Amino acid sequence: MSAPVKKFKALDPEEVKKQLVSRYPAKVARKRASQIVVNEPGDVPPEILANVRTIPGIITMRGCSYAGCKGVILGPTRDIVNITHGPIGCGFYSWLTRRNQTDASAEGAENYMTYCFSTDMQEQDIVFGGEKKLEAAIQEAYDIFHPKAIAVFATCPVGLIGDDIHAVARRMKAKFGDCNVFAFSCEGYKGVSQSAGHHIANNQIFTHVVGEIDEPRKGKYTINLLGEYNIGGDAFEIERILDKCGITLLATFSGNSTYEQFATAHQADLDCVMCHRSINYVADMLEEKYGIPWIKVNFIGAQATAKSLRKIAEYFQDPELLARVEEVIAEELPEVEAVANAVRPRTQGKTAMLFVGGSRAHHYQELFKEIGMKILAAGYEFAHRDDYEGRQALPRIKVDADSRNIEEIEVTADPKRYRPRKTEEQQAALEAQGFTFKDYTGMMAEMEKDTLVIDDLNQFEADRLIELYRPDIFCAGIKEKYAVQKYGIPLKQLHSYDYGGPYAGFRGAINFYKEIDRMVNSRVWTYLKAPWQQNPELSATYVHQ
Amino acid sequence: MLLRHTPQEIIERKALTINPAKTCQPIGAMYAALGVHGCLPHSHGSQGCCAYHRSTLVRHYKEPVSAATSSFTEGASVFGGGANLTQAIENIFTVYDPEVIAVHTTCLSETIGDDLNQIIDKAKKSGKVPEGKNVIFANTPSYVGSHVTGFSSMVKSIVSSFAKTDGSPSGNVNIIPGWLEPSDMEEIKRLASLMGVPITMVPDTSGVLNAPLTGQFTLFPKGGVTVEELQATGRAKATVALGEWCSAEAARWLDAQCKVPCTIIEMPYGLLGTDRFIDALRVAGGVAVPESIEFERGQLVDFIADMHQYFYGKKVALVGDPDQLIAMTDFLVSIDMHPVHIVTGTPGSRFEKRIQEIVAPLGYTPNVRAGGDMFLFHQWIKNDPVDVIIGNTYCKYISRDEDIPLLRFGFPILDRVGHQYFPTVGYKGGLLFLTRLLDVLLTRKDRDEPESSFELVY
Repeated sequence: MSAPVKKFKALDPEEVKKQLVSRYPAKVARKRASQIVVNEPGDVPPEILANVRTIPGIITMRGCSYAGCKGVILGPTRDIVNITHGPIGCGFYSWLTRRNQTDASAEGAENYMTYCFSTDMQEQDIVFGGEKKLEAAIQEAYDIFHPKAIAVFATCPVGLIGDDIHAVARRMKAKFGDCNVFAFSCEGYKGVSQSAGHHIANNQIFTHVVGEIDEPRKGKYTINLLGEYNIGGDAFEIERILDKCGITLLATFSGNSTYEQFATAHQADLDCVMCHRSINYVADMLEEKYGIPWIKVNFIGAQATAKSLRKIAEYFQDPELLARVEEVIAEELPEVEAVANAVRPRTQGKTAMLFVGGSRAHHYQELFKEIGMKILAAGYEFAHRDDYEGRQALPRIKVDADSRNIEEIEVTADPKRYRPRKTEEQQAALEAQGFTFKDYTGMMAEMEKDTLVIDDLNQFEADRLIELYRPDIFCAGIKEKYAVQKYGIPLKQLHSYDYGGPYAGFRGAINFYKEIDRMVNSRVWTYLKAPWQQNPELSATYVHQ
Repeated sequence: MLLRHTPQEIIERKALTINPAKTCQPIGAMYAALGVHGCLPHSHGSQGCCAYHRSTLVRHYKEPVSAATSSFTEGASVFGGGANLTQAIENIFTVYDPEVIAVHTTCLSETIGDDLNQIIDKAKKSGKVPEGKNVIFANTPSYVGSHVTGFSSMVKSIVSSFAKTDGSPSGNVNIIPGWLEPSDMEEIKRLASLMGVPITMVPDTSGVLNAPLTGQFTLFPKGGVTVEELQATGRAKATVALGEWCSAEAARWLDAQCKVPCTIIEMPYGLLGTDRFIDALRVAGGVAVPESIEFERGQLVDFIADMHQYFYGKKVALVGDPDQLIAMTDFLVSIDMHPVHIVTGTPGSRFEKRIQEIVAPLGYTPNVRAGGDMFLFHQWIKNDPVDVIIGNTYCKYISRDEDIPLLRFGFPILDRVGHQYFPTVGYKGGLLFLTRLLDVLLTRKDRDEPESSFELVY
């Protein structure tokens, strides 16, 4: 199959940008124009407006703070009873709708992820306050399940009526003695996207759970994996690879996680950050409080996986580990490359657009490039400027009113548990070899010149992009899927993976290559017009020939 | 075990809902609004609600669901959402150009007390609503009722915002179908057309949420009841409303305000339910029932007679929405099955009473709960197992744990398709439903039967 003729070459990106905003009222157009950037990769990429309010009335891809907190971060923890304090909807919609897989097969293991707990607030609770009902609900959960932890999540009305969920949690924790109870003020209106909820969730887990268990956990090279949520079994594949290398994973925040993992995470020797957006501040706090350095890793893409494994091994500076990692890479890569080579003739030169999350739109570009596909445009749903421009943008980001509402916690070295893993000299020596701690290259640096980078894409702009470029595949979420497919263009969900996966690590790369090959080459996209619609002229034959 | 912590012993709970058998009002309002042609639903609150409702509807229908939101941040929650809604109205008409914006509230905007009447009125007066365009609304706080009552409120708002009494009688019969699938609405239209009764269906999601793939995407698909048709509902001959919970409010409003006489019957599932519907339509339309419909009816009777032995006495547990459960329980009883556990999350004591009435002739007392949850439902099943579970996708956990077959029915169905294409209403829908039910029962029999009695012919 030959590569298709590329219409995009004829398009002037500045002209496209104009078309995207042309229909908006003037004020909206101005704002959107600063959220749409024609890429100019380099040491200092162009500035983009991000993490700002969604425009009312514009059909958005975003969700809310509660979704980020309860759904994304706490969703994958299997042995915490998560009670949504509020009317029924929020609890219902976050009930098993994110594809967090978990392995609860161990004897006696707890798993509450299949349950939805809610106080189902009624009108009288809104009028008279819901604290009593919440307290009773926590008691009932404790009586029935006896879990090791109960978490409470605030929905919009709870913040408005002023229920003190933290006081209730403290009271119940003291009352039970053997069950940690803590709460999250993650009302949906907080912040401008689900990103606010990630902050709220991480801060509370850090405050109430991390460091709770000092009983030592064993392992020669111990790490935590931060910002990996085990969608479609990604964490399982990463765990398989780490295990093969002899690296012990103490905790994953929060895919396939347990309470004990969080509670003992302070013992690890290294923190590896996958989704920078959702959790980079936790890595900082773990370093401040416990002395654990952090590095950015990426297990999406075969080469990225190999690179990340080498980086971890380099950190530990142990020749045995370095050798083992090389062995594993040598063992795993040939099959991955064989599949990529088999797929490439059918995918080479095809085009993709990615509009998801706060790092996936970046990470998944590697997998596409590995099978010769080109990225035309990409953007995040809930990112901040550093996710686009790189971590060096942090000092230049102004804190606005919406961000100020999200709690920042002050962290100091724990007098008992702080233990620097590397001396300053050791760190400096590593850095001299080109090793980078706490750094993250934004998406722009790794995208081609003149591609489009768009923050908080909406349906109207997505439609224009599709009509103008006709990409071979579009990556977004479930809300966007069927609208894009009506155009005859496949949509790959990168939040839920369309119930496929894993896509992380080596086996994940193989799954992804095959999946994209299937999607961009499916015969179904050739059936959109009936034969008589493709060739509508009347035709006739002579009766006598 | 997926629900390994569910104990068999039932402890009464007063505060904690576990595994709800309902969701919140706004999603029902959103679904209803999609049944109006050229209508963009709008969620007045923070944007997570809208995202969740769209996601659930999209997953259920595998179709695009477009809706806008007021995207409250903390500021709007403190100072009121008026400015957000006004801005949203302006943006929506400029960018998407719908015929109607159907606003529904959320628990956030209701708790802060936004007065939608006033905000929308002000938007109209200040020229934010173009000539000939409409903004309607329904109050749907999530701490009242359920998705079912939200649906009902929006249907009432759709009717009451447009129905006009002036002008000559339209000659049509209004059908308010309730929370049915697009396929069901299509089937009702087919039946009415066979009867020769011109109808206006409010709402009508057929063609909207089961649209074809053609290479074109349009924000407003061809289906849906038009504003013009809605205006004429006030001049209709009669209204036939299906389901007390979903449709009665709108039907009674038309009766009281526009003097359009209404008949409220149960949803037309199964033989007797469809009989009542056809009869109501016959009377309302002043027509005779054509032979073609009697033919379809006879086929369903034939099917029931032929396969009765496989249904007779089988125990069923049902969970879902009141109008659907009442009609479905009636259908199952009519073929001599035994519904033993019936739970709806939507509150209302009339539900329990009506189910008891339907089951009474079988001579046992079923477990019925309105305002119950699926945790209780599961516990009832643990204490008294059934042959088949009928309910939404979330039942698959109970089904697997207890090794009881599941027939998917209701909302939401996230893991199977067909509900958007094939009806459950009418005689044809009854045939389809029983075919699926029989398949579930016989597949289980084929799995469990000892080899010595494994049958080829049923």
